[in-house]
Amino acid sequence: MFEFATAVTLISMAIVMAGALKGPTVYDRILAVNTFGTLSVVLIALYGFLDGRPEFLDIAMVYALINFIATIAVTKYIKFSRLGRSADVDEAEDI
Amino acid sequence: MSVFIDIVSWVCIVLGAGFTFVGCLGLWRFPDVFTRMHAGGVAETLGVLFLFLGMAIQAFVILPETKMALLVAGKLIMIAIFLLYTNPTTTHALAQAALWGGIDPETGEEKKEEGTSSKT
Repeated sequence: MFEFATAVTLISMAIVMAGALKGPTVYDRILAVNTFGTLSVVLIALYGFLDGRPEFLDIAMVYALINFIATIAVTKYIKFSRLGRSADVDEAEDI
Repeated sequence: MSVFIDIVSWVCIVLGAGFTFVGCLGLWRFPDVFTRMHAGGVAETLGVLFLFLGMAIQAFVILPETKMALLVAGKLIMIAIFLLYTNPTTTHALAQAALWGGIDPETGEEKKEEGTSSKT
């Protein structure tokens, strides 16, 4: 049954990556890459169970942390065009 | 009793895989970025939470030692709680960036003329 879940996750990852290549705006691509990262966390955890020794969960945790930070950083870069301060101070809000 | 736990965990895993697949299919087929965020939210909160819940229950079935199973299930629940907090945060930030970047929520198209800082 873990094989079934792994196969569904792999098919979903293929669909999401095709959506990231298709997406007309940059926000579609960011959303698709974020979903791909979340699904890769699931895939690592499932592979640990599939292999019979679930010790890869620390790697899955690190992937989840990196995915969150990377998506927030890319979103802030797209919104403000820089990572340090906001581009125009008048419209600076919390992202 | 062990068979009952097995059945509950497999129901969780199948439900999670189904929600993940439906969400990713919606992320491919929906027309604009805000509806795609809605579909992606289904995939990456509900589906992933069900998958991790099923795996955490299944750890008690397949692992012989209770201490090891508790460790694995605790790590899985920690990842699930972390994803439950961070994925809505990411979707919120992305929706605000898309709204600020000049995407009209009604039509789903980019406004070219008045977006002084719209860039894609």
